[in-house]
Amino acid sequence: MSEILTKSRARNVFYGGSIFFVLVFVALTAQSHRHITQTATAGMELTDEVRHGKHVWERHSCINCHTLHGEGAYFAPELGNVMTRWGAAEDPELAYEILDGWMKAQPSGIEGRRQMPFFEITDEEMRALAEFLRWADQTDTQGWPPNDAG
Amino acid sequence: MKYQSQKVAYAYFLVAMALFGIQVLGGLLAGWIYVAPNTLSEVLPFNVVRMIHTNALIVWLLLGFFGAAYYLVPEESEREIFSVKLAYIQLAILVIGTLGAVVSYLAGIHGGREFLEQPLWVKFGILVAAVIFLVNVSLTFLAGRKTAITNILMMGLWLLCLLWVFAFINPDNLSLDKMYWWMVVHLWVEATWELVMAAILGFLMLKLTGVDREVIEKWLYVIVATALFSGILGTGHHFYWIGTPGYWQWIGSIFSTFEVVPFFAMMSFAFVMVWKGRKNHPNKAALLWSLGSSTVAFFGAGVWGFLHTLHGVNFYTHGTQITAAHGHLAFYGAYVALNLAMFSYAMPVLRNRAPYNQVLNMASFWLMTGGMAFMTFTLTFAGTIQTHMQRIVGDYYMDVQDQLGLFYLMRFGSGVAVVLGALLFIYSMLAVRREVIKPGPVAVPGE
Repeated sequence: MSEILTKSRARNVFYGGSIFFVLVFVALTAQSHRHITQTATAGMELTDEVRHGKHVWERHSCINCHTLHGEGAYFAPELGNVMTRWGAAEDPELAYEILDGWMKAQPSGIEGRRQMPFFEITDEEMRALAEFLRWADQTDTQGWPPNDAG
Repeated sequence: MKYQSQKVAYAYFLVAMALFGIQVLGGLLAGWIYVAPNTLSEVLPFNVVRMIHTNALIVWLLLGFFGAAYYLVPEESEREIFSVKLAYIQLAILVIGTLGAVVSYLAGIHGGREFLEQPLWVKFGILVAAVIFLVNVSLTFLAGRKTAITNILMMGLWLLCLLWVFAFINPDNLSLDKMYWWMVVHLWVEATWELVMAAILGFLMLKLTGVDREVIEKWLYVIVATALFSGILGTGHHFYWIGTPGYWQWIGSIFSTFEVVPFFAMMSFAFVMVWKGRKNHPNKAALLWSLGSSTVAFFGAGVWGFLHTLHGVNFYTHGTQITAAHGHLAFYGAYVALNLAMFSYAMPVLRNRAPYNQVLNMASFWLMTGGMAFMTFTLTFAGTIQTHMQRIVGDYYMDVQDQLGLFYLMRFGSGVAVVLGALLFIYSMLAVRREVIKPGPVAVPGE
């Protein structure tokens, strides 16, 4: 083995192979980019309100308690399908009302229960956040999560 | 210490250890909030605690890598660092950026992409520091002797700094955001950081075992080849359920299964080198951490990664405590323990002393490793129950979490062991007794 696999051969295999896999990866990433914009997330328009909602989501660092499409922290429920769970995936007004009611009731203060903070969010921001979660909900995630519990 | 400029590493290691302390204390607090959720809930909510825990980890590991590079590049290149001043400026920028990030997190100012929550000015600071670092190390590297260790280290560091660019790219489309986010997160820890890890491990083996450089360097190229061949397309295991095409389920499953190989190879490499090596190096603590790192990395990153990487399994386990179990052991084995191995090896040399406090240091290894192993088991059991109740039966998230209290209590206990181990490690590095015997005329301790 030591004669066939010399150090310089090992090095060349490393460099050559890595370049090959990078190229394949870049090509697949480009195709995936297209798939996301044209198919997977095409179910609902990416409006300014949805964009605004994403900024609200980010500003309050929701991802460090919740998961979204299974990614994030594991301290609080999955939100990628929360609008389906609430039966509000197709109804912007209902989505806003439930979200608004939920968030204004926090923190619950119940002893021994995980606490969601109270966030200073305007009505406009709340509507945007609800739209963002509805938008995330319509993404084609290959059938994940397995059920509505998230 | 052969070259005076290696001393820069000392400052990097000290700051890294301070942040290591903050990281584990933040983790302990987060673990306690799982047990007693009302703790500080209105002053310091869980999301802020978690940001401090994860960000402190990432920054101190990077500081450890930078320090390791400043330590080993001069020795491998056989010359002084291009500019010691630049190295300290780089450290100052990183310290200011880190403190700034912590203060702004506490004040509620942060981004919202996991692990990349740093305010924009801090991100730019990191970019500037990275550029300074690359210039400084590359000029040292290019002027001197080139070895496989430095080739691989430089490649890993260059690529990881370049990938930082993706931290600035945040598309409005959530699925695109997630896809490009992984270009930093996955391609750091499952590709470029593995290069850095292999290079540092190779350097430690070279110094600790006395095995011939030719043998070590050939192994290294084989290891990093398997790391990138599996790790690049292995990114696919994050592309199962975020809006990316279905073919990733096969590509991700197949290639990420092979991600076990480089970790198995690194473990075998470390043990074979120690068996082959004839050198009886006095720094037993560094040797223990090196072997421990490669072993725990194999279990944490390799075995626990494989546990939930096949798409048929991941469909049920994605985003449960199984992920948390894997994440903790993988980071501990691959990157925490490796950095601590480097600190254990280099600190005595940097302080111009024979290896010191070895028993305390090795005790801290067993405390931390035992604690992390127990934490991983409890979280794996919690995750198994969660997967069954929530994903199969369909019970609601909080109803399931209420059933897992015992596991979170045990996890907190294991966290106490880890924190005690970490504090003991830091103590063993810093508190050195005065030498009783005056050093003789040739006072160079064994490498």
